[in-house]
Amino acid sequence: MDENLAAIALTLRLATTVTLLLLLIGTPIAWWLARTRVWFRGAVAAVVALPLVLPPTVLGFYLLLLMGPNGPVGALTESLGLGLLPFTFWGLVVASCLYSLPFVVQPLQNAFEAIGERPFEIAATLRAGPWDRFFTIALPLAKPGFVTAAILGFAHTVGEFGVVLMVGGNIPGATRVVSVQLYDHVEALDYAQAHWLSASLVLFSFLVLVVLYTFNRRASSSFRLRG
Amino acid sequence: MVMNSQSATIDMRLKHAYGDFDLDVDLRLPATGVTVLFGPSGSGKTSLLRFLAGLARAQQGRLQVTGAVWQDETNFIPTHLRPIGYVFQEASLLPHLSVEANLLYALKRVTKDGATLQDEESEQVLSLLGIKPLLKRQPEQLSGGERQRVAIARALLSQPEVLLMDEPLASLDQQRKREIIPYLEKLRTELAIPIIYVTHSLAELSRLADTVVVLEAGRVVTSGPTSEVLTHLDSPLQLNDEAGVVIEASVISHEERWHLLRAGFVGGEMWLADEGIAIGEAIRVRVMARDVSITLSQHEDSSILNTLPARILEIAEAAVPGALLVKLVLIGSGEAVENGNSTVLVSRITQRSAEHLKLVEGMSVWAQIKSMAVLR
Repeated sequence: MDENLAAIALTLRLATTVTLLLLLIGTPIAWWLARTRVWFRGAVAAVVALPLVLPPTVLGFYLLLLMGPNGPVGALTESLGLGLLPFTFWGLVVASCLYSLPFVVQPLQNAFEAIGERPFEIAATLRAGPWDRFFTIALPLAKPGFVTAAILGFAHTVGEFGVVLMVGGNIPGATRVVSVQLYDHVEALDYAQAHWLSASLVLFSFLVLVVLYTFNRRASSSFRLRG
Repeated sequence: MVMNSQSATIDMRLKHAYGDFDLDVDLRLPATGVTVLFGPSGSGKTSLLRFLAGLARAQQGRLQVTGAVWQDETNFIPTHLRPIGYVFQEASLLPHLSVEANLLYALKRVTKDGATLQDEESEQVLSLLGIKPLLKRQPEQLSGGERQRVAIARALLSQPEVLLMDEPLASLDQQRKREIIPYLEKLRTELAIPIIYVTHSLAELSRLADTVVVLEAGRVVTSGPTSEVLTHLDSPLQLNDEAGVVIEASVISHEERWHLLRAGFVGGEMWLADEGIAIGEAIRVRVMARDVSITLSQHEDSSILNTLPARILEIAEAAVPGALLVKLVLIGSGEAVENGNSTVLVSRITQRSAEHLKLVEGMSVWAQIKSMAVLR
């Protein structure tokens, strides 16, 4: 039972960290994708979307190699005195960020694109410079997109399995998240524990989604009305 | 158009080609009053306004406003650094901000030291446009006309040196237009800055313009003071069914029994429906060419109130087969005509009538005006 609680706590910590990091990383990427017209925009969009189509284990495999002792990322983290990332919590964070990136970038990109040119033009004629326009026009008008991006990024991180197993392994308290713990219970034929964990996960996910979607519905409907 | 270079503040020579669209203009616009950019859709009038604002960049050319270069071969001042006010055709308000916050958005970016809407200057703008009752509302709670009034107020709060308006009435229905036009007329008389106003409505042009620039397919076809442009018989404006002239007049007297007022102008006087305008006040009267007919003698037995002595200046073929345009100068009081100041009417009649009456240039006739509109 304690193991289950530890796995839940670790999962929440991982999902929260990843969601916050992804909102920070994903916002400029989404903004750039929504506004740029350079020729390699398509290639960047494809790289961001890759995790949508790749089997998670493929991503996990390459990350393991990259971040391992013989990989370039591994060499870098070792030279910085950070040690190796595979089979650590921060290794999981890096892997999850890559894996969940499209689920954050795409809603943000859609939200930025939905604003259209007009509000930015209005702001420019009122003497707002580019940064001013980003913070006072783009961010507030894209609010529903941020809510959706946060929900999807969080939920997707909670639900991942393949990448976690490849990169993080199964270390209690460090990398053993709920999905891995559940797999262990089923392997051990401990169906009572599996039920307990699965049901609480279902309930939790449902409640989070209900709360956030209710909020988002209100935000997006008022957005439509005002637009 | 080449205007007196001392009075020119907006000097633009711009070229832009994109697909079928090809714009090439060389314009000097005056420092004061309302300049109307007039033309059909696709004529380039909105593009010209966007080049002025820096919302789009003309491929080639030079743009200089009150001495400052906004665009040339090497420089392009971005929109947020140009001292302009811009009113868009529609959806002009920031959707996530209340009316008050929309206004403050403009005010905060031009004043460093915590200016508020309660300051005297802001107060003046708000009362000029009747904004105060709307301050707490959200944009979606406003009518189209109210939204445009707020947009105009916001543009003025940003302390522009030029006010640019892109068909601000085009998205409004007739009633909303009537509601907002008096505010625009107030702007015209009370603002010291030039207004560049884009429209394809001859009615708006007649009411507001001091200077007119007519655009067609990216070229300036005619330009000059409103009264001059409206009386050019070969101007494309005459193709419009509502073509006509604008007469600057003032109220002389009221005839309460008939609900009429008498208005005087250079070269004559006429009766108009009394709309409660005070004696001495200046009004603009719009007379459409289709409402002016010509007789050789003054008929006392006609229902038409205004029959004015005139002389034929010019006769030209109208675009419609069988129709002629006749330019008339009113000669009710002779001395004004001689010092170069005159009132001109345009009449649209049939070729048959012209032949029947044997009309020729220089002939003295009577102009009968069937109806007219007071524009104030």
